[in-house]
Amino acid sequence: MTETTTTPATAPRPALPLPETAARGLVAVGGLATAASAFLSWTYSSSFPGDLTVTGYPGGLQWVTLVAGALVLLFALSGYRIRGLRWLTPGGADGATVIVAVGALATTWFTLIAIADELGGLANLTSGGWIAGIASLLGLLGALGLPRDRTESGEKNPLKRILAYPGNRPDLSPAPALPAAVELLVIAVAVAIGLGIFTFGIDTSYGELFGGFLIAASFASWALSRSGALGRLTDITGRHRVYSAVLAFVAAAVFPFTQSNDANATIGVNLLIFGGTALGLNVVVGLTGLLDLGYVAFLGVGAYTAALVSGAATSSVHVTFPFWAAALTGAAISGIFGIILGAPTLRVRGDYLAIVTLGFGEIFRIVVNNLDGVSGPNVTGGPNGIPNIPDLTIFGFNLGNSHTIGGITLGRFANYFELMLVFIAIIVLIFSRSSSSRIGRAWVAIREDETAATAMGINAFRFKLLAFALGATLAGLAGTVMAHVNFSVVPDPFVFAGPVPPNSAFLLAAVVIGGMGTVTGPLIGAALFYLLQAKLQFLQSYQLLLFGIALILFMRFRPEGLIANKQRRLEFHEDETESAELSTAGA
Amino acid sequence: MTDTTIAPGTGSAPAPGTPLLEARGVIMRFGGLTAVNNVDLTVNTGEIIGLIGPNGAGKTTFFNCLTGLYIPTEGQVTYKGTVLPPKPFKVTQAGMARTFQNIRLFHNMSVLENVLVGRHTRTKEGIVSAILRGPGYRREEADSREKAMALLEFTGLARKASHLARNLPYGEQRKLEIARALASEPGLLLLDEPTAGMNPQETRATEELVFAIRDRGIAVLVIEHDMRFIFNLCDRVAVLVQGEKLVEGTSEVVQADERVIAAYLGTPYEAAPGSTADAGSGADAGSRADADSGSASDAEGTIPEEDEQ
Repeated sequence: MTETTTTPATAPRPALPLPETAARGLVAVGGLATAASAFLSWTYSSSFPGDLTVTGYPGGLQWVTLVAGALVLLFALSGYRIRGLRWLTPGGADGATVIVAVGALATTWFTLIAIADELGGLANLTSGGWIAGIASLLGLLGALGLPRDRTESGEKNPLKRILAYPGNRPDLSPAPALPAAVELLVIAVAVAIGLGIFTFGIDTSYGELFGGFLIAASFASWALSRSGALGRLTDITGRHRVYSAVLAFVAAAVFPFTQSNDANATIGVNLLIFGGTALGLNVVVGLTGLLDLGYVAFLGVGAYTAALVSGAATSSVHVTFPFWAAALTGAAISGIFGIILGAPTLRVRGDYLAIVTLGFGEIFRIVVNNLDGVSGPNVTGGPNGIPNIPDLTIFGFNLGNSHTIGGITLGRFANYFELMLVFIAIIVLIFSRSSSSRIGRAWVAIREDETAATAMGINAFRFKLLAFALGATLAGLAGTVMAHVNFSVVPDPFVFAGPVPPNSAFLLAAVVIGGMGTVTGPLIGAALFYLLQAKLQFLQSYQLLLFGIALILFMRFRPEGLIANKQRRLEFHEDETESAELSTAGA
Repeated sequence: MTDTTIAPGTGSAPAPGTPLLEARGVIMRFGGLTAVNNVDLTVNTGEIIGLIGPNGAGKTTFFNCLTGLYIPTEGQVTYKGTVLPPKPFKVTQAGMARTFQNIRLFHNMSVLENVLVGRHTRTKEGIVSAILRGPGYRREEADSREKAMALLEFTGLARKASHLARNLPYGEQRKLEIARALASEPGLLLLDEPTAGMNPQETRATEELVFAIRDRGIAVLVIEHDMRFIFNLCDRVAVLVQGEKLVEGTSEVVQADERVIAAYLGTPYEAAPGSTADAGSGADAGSRADADSGSASDAEGTIPEEDEQ
């Protein structure tokens, strides 16, 4: 497979000197055995969560191992150049096989170690557990004997050498067009799988399961990206943008119907609020390139505005707006605050702007803390905030009550989840349309080179102010829902940094990690952050430490974010891509 | 001059039209340093005017005074009879577009998007219509794209429309800057060293591009160090030395002027301003001018000038 490399001097050698056929066979057998071992009993005691004692049916973490083993098998078979499977691995199957084999080993051994650790010793493992461990190891050994399909870089750093072992993400020409019906089907399947993975992740009821899930999901997405499958999927969704977007929203709307209780819907609705706010911040940071460190204040302005006009007994303004009016008011007031803040501060560039916005964020929180009738006029209720915000009633449909639709009961938070989804759709529409217009081009031009942008006739100050105002408006919109979801509005969440999203630091991290300037990036970044935060509670105070470490590693090795738009990918990895072009047809 | 191009030379220029840009007594001081001292310059419609001078003579500073990047300490600049507002974006709006000495493209935008940004002042759809995408918006966007593609066709970049600007070779980046500036439909185009770093073939292509731009009815003011380029191209040439205009006239007049030769083109001449300060570069320029006048040599007549902004 690698015999035809143009630079034979640096042809990479596999880590283990196995004959190719033996290596391929070993991976396939290892993958199959790993998947099969999930049906065995791994331990004697049912006190390990998930009950891994049943032979013939996988439970808990065994599901994760099953999927990981199946993926190893899939990539191994693709390495045999089986026709249909080759389509999944346009960038080469062998590198991806190594990644997914490591993932299968990691998640299986993670489970075994967790069993041994919690139940007190290796004696708790049955022969099934040992088989699983050995099978996944065999798969990895085989994978390390596979030929490597990229030339080796002269990297000295051992960690980078290891990370570079499977090779870089392929830079492929766009996927050849399939029949339209097939492409639509592929998108539908991908969205369904995405929903399934998300539902599984959010449903994990104990830390061990989430840990194993996280390991497997990370390695699987790395492998899919390495094999070029994700790139193909991106190409296909790019060709059917509206269809993909609609399908994604439908899948999201279906999510509450897959849930038996309201707990996960609570996570879901908060996640959406976080994601919508992150998209608003993306206008400011991702498109226009202005660093805003106090952005969460605009979410607060929206939330407080909605609370004040909600008709709550504790509100100092005794008016009751219908929700559509409250939402518009919250968005508008927030946008006005954006202009008030931006007008004096946007005349400074770069670092100074970051400091000023950081200051504004803190000022907002301290001011609402003090407008309690003692230190100042009673507007916000001070530290107690505005409690007992009534539930919304839209077209006679009380969002506070449970409703049964088609035999499935949707609880209060599920109702708000659906409402927030509509808001997200509006925010996504506003974001994507403005970013791909004359306005969006002006924003990106300012980000790229402000002097050149003004020389092209762009009133930089005005457009920066517009970005600030639009970002603030979107955050304010999300804030209006937040006020009702949480029953009350208090100043505490609107801080620069804290353990719970949304706060300014997490919002910024979600945008940067997700991918600046893209639509899906901040949403995925927000989802990841919120899920990690919600699911890793058992780590307690170590959680933020781990977050910090993860952030540093992430920025070191993937600075363009999870969903890089092609431009930024080229920007950061120019030396790694051979043909750095956007277009299909070469010159 | 050794005219190897097919382009109409200095003699065949159309008769000067009405004054387009008029700079009167422009003075630019930075603290105690007078970078531009009392410079007058007129550009008429249909003209190509050259601005030459040794490094640090204040050419780019003068450019920046014209385009609103700097506000002149004294003096005024009028375009089509009205005083130019001291804001770069308003200058572009008024009808003057520029390129930069050190290429300043929007590197992470595609070639087409770069030109579309240039259309900014000639389009007016706002944020609301961008979100609603009504028929007016679609029409304007389609029109912009069509005009931008036509400009890429004009500069020979059409087949690279979807490439990232940063991935273009150097010469094409310069062309893209010109296409981007043309997208604002200017009456006057200001080029700051458009051939810096180019090989002779590329320089000649740029020469023809500038003539083609002039033939579209756009006047051109160009800063250059490549003497052959300037003297082939320009109807009039102004020489700036130490912030002051030494001489202005046709290529023949400028080339024959003793002070210019002393300060810039040829042998040292004690009485000329700046002859001692610019001794090094003066000598360089001299040898280059010799090569130029001696034969149609392919020596690159460019000196990289440090960024004056």
